[in-house]
Amino acid sequence: MQEGVSAFDLILGGDPTLYAIIGLSLTVSVSATLLASVIGLPLGALLALVGFPGRAAIVIVLNAFMGLPPVVVGLAMYLLLSRSGPLGFLGLLFTPQAMILAQAVLVIPIIAALTRQTVEDLWVEYRDELTAMRVGPAGRVMALLWDARFSLVTTLLAGFGRAAAEVGTVMIVGGNIDGFTRTMTTAIALETSKGDLPLAISLGIVLITLIIAVNAAAALARRLGELQAG
Amino acid sequence: MRAPPSELPIAIEDVSVRRDGVTILESVSLVLAPGAPTVLVGPNGSGKSSLIRLAMGLLAPSTGRIMWGGRDTTAGDRRAIVFQRPVMLRRSAAANIAFALRRGALEPRARQDRIAALLDLVGLAALGARPARRLSGGEQQRLALARALARDPEILFLDEPTANLDPAATKAVEDIVAKVAATGVKIVLATHDLGEARRLAGDVVFMVRGRVHESGPAKSFFAGPVSQEAQAFLNSDLVI
Repeated sequence: MQEGVSAFDLILGGDPTLYAIIGLSLTVSVSATLLASVIGLPLGALLALVGFPGRAAIVIVLNAFMGLPPVVVGLAMYLLLSRSGPLGFLGLLFTPQAMILAQAVLVIPIIAALTRQTVEDLWVEYRDELTAMRVGPAGRVMALLWDARFSLVTTLLAGFGRAAAEVGTVMIVGGNIDGFTRTMTTAIALETSKGDLPLAISLGIVLITLIIAVNAAAALARRLGELQAG
Repeated sequence: MRAPPSELPIAIEDVSVRRDGVTILESVSLVLAPGAPTVLVGPNGSGKSSLIRLAMGLLAPSTGRIMWGGRDTTAGDRRAIVFQRPVMLRRSAAANIAFALRRGALEPRARQDRIAALLDLVGLAALGARPARRLSGGEQQRLALARALARDPEILFLDEPTANLDPAATKAVEDIVAKVAATGVKIVLATHDLGEARRLAGDVVFMVRGRVHESGPAKSFFAGPVSQEAQAFLNSDLVI
């Protein structure tokens, strides 16, 4: 109980360390989700609309990659970004940018796979109309992504949830450096191991509250959008 | 700028369509020429919709060939179609029309004027901002007409456009079709509603079981159908 009160003190008292960690976590997870969306949305739509040899295999792999183990992605990204790795010249290891990239790699399969399914279902409904209107491949992708926008909100939320809750990848490529690459999840792991439970609990409360708030806001936006667009 | 080549006449030459072992159209030969509306009539399952899709270029023949204005390309850009149950894009009525307008074909101002004119033509001028999926069935069908006309077609295919509408909505759609036909757009309409066929047809194509049984001027068809099936159909007898 005492620990719970201390946690709330930290939250309500505006503890600068706590809020720096929250700020970095949000920046990393939101940026990773945006980056993954830019790649995953069109990739998923193209997979839904374009037939080519090996497509079925790619879809299976993509679906399987939704469950990519974060520590494996972290390790792969570490090898890529380390000084002797192929992308070592970028000097990104142990920076927030590396954490964004790593989280994006985790989230891209989720967004692409769910987008493919959503767009494929919508394409069944739209095929005749768009074909009759002579809409080209790029136009189809844009039209279907736009018309599936309310369903895709849920897809983006799934991606954001994965990014925000993830710890293994950012721990490996970020290094959990105090004041620089420490996020809510890595801080919770660290503070728990150190025995500083008030900070760990307060971060846990904030993390869950943020995820609920983001989902609630998205659900509200989706509902309003559906009412407006029909 | 050179005018795009004409899509007319559409010559369907001994075309059969088979899918999964089922014959959908059999040995259909037909010419759709400029002029008064051609109405495809026949009972459900007679192949009217398939013939429309074939002529639109959405369905490939298994045998035979189709020529559009003397060319055999399916990629014609001056054909448009309104389906029996048109799919409304999840956006406003005006945005549905905007989507169908050729990209870059019009300046922004002219584009807005064109959208307004099309909405006005189909009696939806006051509903341009309304989400298309919130329109009534009749309004959606009229919007689908406006969207098809946004393509500036030379030939407009209508696949049972009033099948699900009440009499008032049916009349509204038929009035628009007549108005469009009067501007020189070739109308090819499928219906099993003989009243509608009488009101709109210049020519009639009568189909049963994937075959064209009779075709010719509407007046002759309704005054004296030649085939027994057509006589039975006009007498509202069951034709299977």
